[in-house]
Amino acid sequence: MRILVCVKRVPITGGRMVLTADEQAIETKHLGFTISPHEECGVEEAVRLVEAKGGEVVVLTLGPEEAAEQLRDCMAIGADRGIHLVSAEEWDGQATAAAIAEAIRADEPFDLIVFGNESADAGGYQVGIRVAYAVGLPVVTGLKGLTVEGGRARCEQEVPGGRDVYDVSLPAVVTVKEGLNLPRYPSVPAKLRAKSKPLDARPVERPEPKLEKLRLVVPEGSRKQAEVLGEGAAAAPRVVEIMRELGVA
Amino acid sequence: MTVVVFMERADDELSQQALTLARSLGGEVSAATVEGPYAPGAWAAAIVAAAGDADIVGPGSDRGNEVMAHVAAQLDLPLAANVTEVRGDELTRIRWGGTLLEEARLHAGRRLMTAAPFAFPLSVDSTQTLVLTPELGGAVAVVDHVAPDTGGKVSLADAKVVVSGGRGVGSAEGFAILEELAALLDAAVGCSRVVTSAGWRPHTDQVGQTGTKVSPDLYIACGISGATQHIAGCKGAKKLLAINADREATIFAHADYAVVGDLHEIVPAITAELRKAK
Repeated sequence: MRILVCVKRVPITGGRMVLTADEQAIETKHLGFTISPHEECGVEEAVRLVEAKGGEVVVLTLGPEEAAEQLRDCMAIGADRGIHLVSAEEWDGQATAAAIAEAIRADEPFDLIVFGNESADAGGYQVGIRVAYAVGLPVVTGLKGLTVEGGRARCEQEVPGGRDVYDVSLPAVVTVKEGLNLPRYPSVPAKLRAKSKPLDARPVERPEPKLEKLRLVVPEGSRKQAEVLGEGAAAAPRVVEIMRELGVA
Repeated sequence: MTVVVFMERADDELSQQALTLARSLGGEVSAATVEGPYAPGAWAAAIVAAAGDADIVGPGSDRGNEVMAHVAAQLDLPLAANVTEVRGDELTRIRWGGTLLEEARLHAGRRLMTAAPFAFPLSVDSTQTLVLTPELGGAVAVVDHVAPDTGGKVSLADAKVVVSGGRGVGSAEGFAILEELAALLDAAVGCSRVVTSAGWRPHTDQVGQTGTKVSPDLYIACGISGATQHIAGCKGAKKLLAINADREATIFAHADYAVVGDLHEIVPAITAELRKAK
């Protein structure tokens, strides 16, 4: 199987959102970076499928030069090579999908194209679906279960009260959610091997955004003044009192 | 007709919130439901056909965002997901699961958007409702439904009380004291992403941006630092009680009630106090 997984570099935000002075981005001076959690499961699933059935896992990102770091991380998990569409700017979902579709056409055929259900940062819920239309493939979203057999994919999507099941023929686009699997931690030898795997970096030019970000705003109102009920085990009677007041005990 | 609202169901809360957003756009609003098995692409095509050149709004649910992304792809128009406010062609939408907001401008002749959950009041009065019948053809559609055995336990999403643990719990076995307290309160046990990544609990227990979003009467956060990833999942709780050894922990900034100290002593003490009273 040839599988493409698309990932996005995002900061590890911790407890507080701090913006840059121009309000265009999160201040990341003191932050590490990763890929969106859903995508970590996408990479893991692709690597498991190729480990079981043979083939190739290609990982693609659209992002700044530093995003090469995230592609190497994915290669340490087991992806075979990387495609890096290099742009320092932030792209909207429509433009992102168009650029990815073009990269796919230059590298076809893929049996499976994998996205996270939504990115951790922008959360546009649309790139995977738009790419599917652009390359003319069926798409199933929000996968928590995936079985590939005989050129078909059985896809399970979590819904209230259980899981809905879809059955699509490959090639197909899927978007996945965290919980699909438990991603592995890469070994040190795997990290070293990842450094010498092929990475194709090419600059891309951002078109004018149709959904244009004007500024970011940290929402107000999350700063509550908590009532301190006490310290240590001695606080237990007061906690139970509160539970009674709230009608839950 | 100038705005069409995709309703998952006429009585669906998130859809009724989308209807409120639609009414804030000005102009005549029509609500549309779709019949038959769920088939996002085919449903979107039916909505596109019915809408003419109207703006289209959907709920900020999994299905609402999915159907609207199909609508946007079919029309090759921008889509603003999870919008909290609209000002002409400018809007505010959520990022990072609602822990950050983005002000943005749509550059298109038509507005496509979904309403962020719980950003708008419900519209419960009757609106003219279109019932659409999609052309299924060979479209991707739900073919089966499986319901896992929950062992009779109350689900995270529905629980009135959630007892949740983070890194401070220390191990998979450490959750026994949370389980014990939860059983007394008829509560569900939740956890943070650190815990599921470590394999201490299954992902189905995760509360957060990439886990379950909960809205209990009381959320008890034990040994949880309060990362934005987690807050995105529990900010719907009516009251939050934080138990944490670190008095500087971010979680206290989101808490209604605070207990400072070791959860391994405090949680069993609460359990004992509840038992004593019964």
